[in-house]
Amino acid sequence: MIDLLSAALIVSGLFFYFAGTIGLLRLPDTLCRLHAVTKADNLGLGLLVFGLVLQLSEPLQILKVLLIWILVLAASAGGGQLIARHVQRDPGERS
Amino acid sequence: MLETSTLYGLLGIVLASLGLHAVILQTDTLRRVLAINILGVGVFLVFIATAYNGPDAAPDPVPHALVLTGIVVAVAATALALALRRRLESSAEDGDDE
Amino acid sequence: MSFDALLILDVLLAALLLMLAIAALHSHSMHQSIILFIVFGLVTALAWARLKAPDVALAEATIGSGVAGALLLAALRDNRSGSAITPSPGRPAWQVLSVTYLVIGLMLTAAWAFLDAHANNSGPRLGGLVQAELANSGVGNPVTAVLLNFRAFDTLLELAVLLAALLGVLLLGPARPAPRPAGPVVTQLVAWLTPLLIVSAGYVLWVGAHAPGGAFQAGALLAAGGIIMRLGGSRYSGLPSGFWMRLIAVGGSGVFLFVGLAAMSGDASLLQYPRDWAGTLILLIEIFATLSIAASLVLVYLGGRPDAWAPDQERGHA
Repeated sequence: MIDLLSAALIVSGLFFYFAGTIGLLRLPDTLCRLHAVTKADNLGLGLLVFGLVLQLSEPLQILKVLLIWILVLAASAGGGQLIARHVQRDPGERS
Repeated sequence: MLETSTLYGLLGIVLASLGLHAVILQTDTLRRVLAINILGVGVFLVFIATAYNGPDAAPDPVPHALVLTGIVVAVAATALALALRRRLESSAEDGDDE
Repeated sequence: MSFDALLILDVLLAALLLMLAIAALHSHSMHQSIILFIVFGLVTALAWARLKAPDVALAEATIGSGVAGALLLAALRDNRSGSAITPSPGRPAWQVLSVTYLVIGLMLTAAWAFLDAHANNSGPRLGGLVQAELANSGVGNPVTAVLLNFRAFDTLLELAVLLAALLGVLLLGPARPAPRPAGPVVTQLVAWLTPLLIVSAGYVLWVGAHAPGGAFQAGALLAAGGIIMRLGGSRYSGLPSGFWMRLIAVGGSGVFLFVGLAAMSGDASLLQYPRDWAGTLILLIEIFATLSIAASLVLVYLGGRPDAWAPDQERGHA
């Protein structure tokens, strides 16, 4: 039962990664691509992490995996803001 | 049947060849530094692939330690190469009578 | 069935690594090459995980991809702001063809030799020897035991190589100009990432005695903290000046050498730790090695002769 739920969460996370990758390749503008990649990858990683957490037993391991998700959230949010600010300043750069 | 270690060992040899090819033929220094690093990763793959003892047994730790040392030395050499490149370019633009 | 799935994963990983390497080496934009190289390093860490080498995976992700990527990007930034980028001429065709044929020949020879050696896989494996002596080494992690006890001489010389590279970089010209003050997002991110990195480094160092980890990975995490401090606007990344800087930089190899020589005071040879003290001595060496590696990596990132080395100059904080 838990394995089934875990597999469902991981597959839905992969779907979000897939959607984000398609957005990265097909959307016209840097800001649109940033939006797709950041949103999809954060949610995709979150679902992946929750699917994996269901498989773990020790609380310390669960804490570490959740910490990975939180750090990736912070890094992609910060990185996204920096890229968007750079694009806003130099709109002539190749996207 | 293709074993894991055989696959990664051959991959390492191909990557090392790619790196070697690029080091000799590229003219831009930064790209050559990249090629040396990729050559290094290829060699490390061959090391770790020979240390692999299958999915059940523990691997040999001695090649792991050698590769760990190799990674740090590769980064140290990269740092020195980049500093040399910076100095060469700045002295080249200051004039050739340095 | 699960065995086949892992083989498919391995084949896909190998194909991805190959494509990333080719794209990084033959891309037209230098910026793209470096970003692809960073991704290449991270995917290589996955390959190490597949080959049951977690210590190497940690080191590759932090040092091989993180610190090397930061160094390369900083070098690219210097290039762009400094001299003009002159397009370099390509090589004549006969050179390209002959080198290509030579490298292909080398590759096929190496592949044949590798497959031959792999098939005749006889002789004693070193893993058994290490496992037999692991209880006497003072630590539980076999890779740490090999690095800091059985092959301690190699690690001592490796720290010396790092010190030599640091001295070379420090001698080669002035430090980088003062960093631009960073925006509020980066400043806040750095403000709480740096303590987290310091704690993680301490944890990785401590846990390296009985689980994957160790001095090099911990040192690289600390160096990452220093690098992001520099990106957040701090001029010297929180490093001390003058005398203490020199002490930290030589501390790694110095303490290692001192412990190795002190171990000779019994009837032992160089670096032959007394068995009861082995664990404690290894931890001592690792602490100083971590600080030394972190300081060296941050200093080579900052580049050049920092003003802090001149004893009678004022240090300005940006």
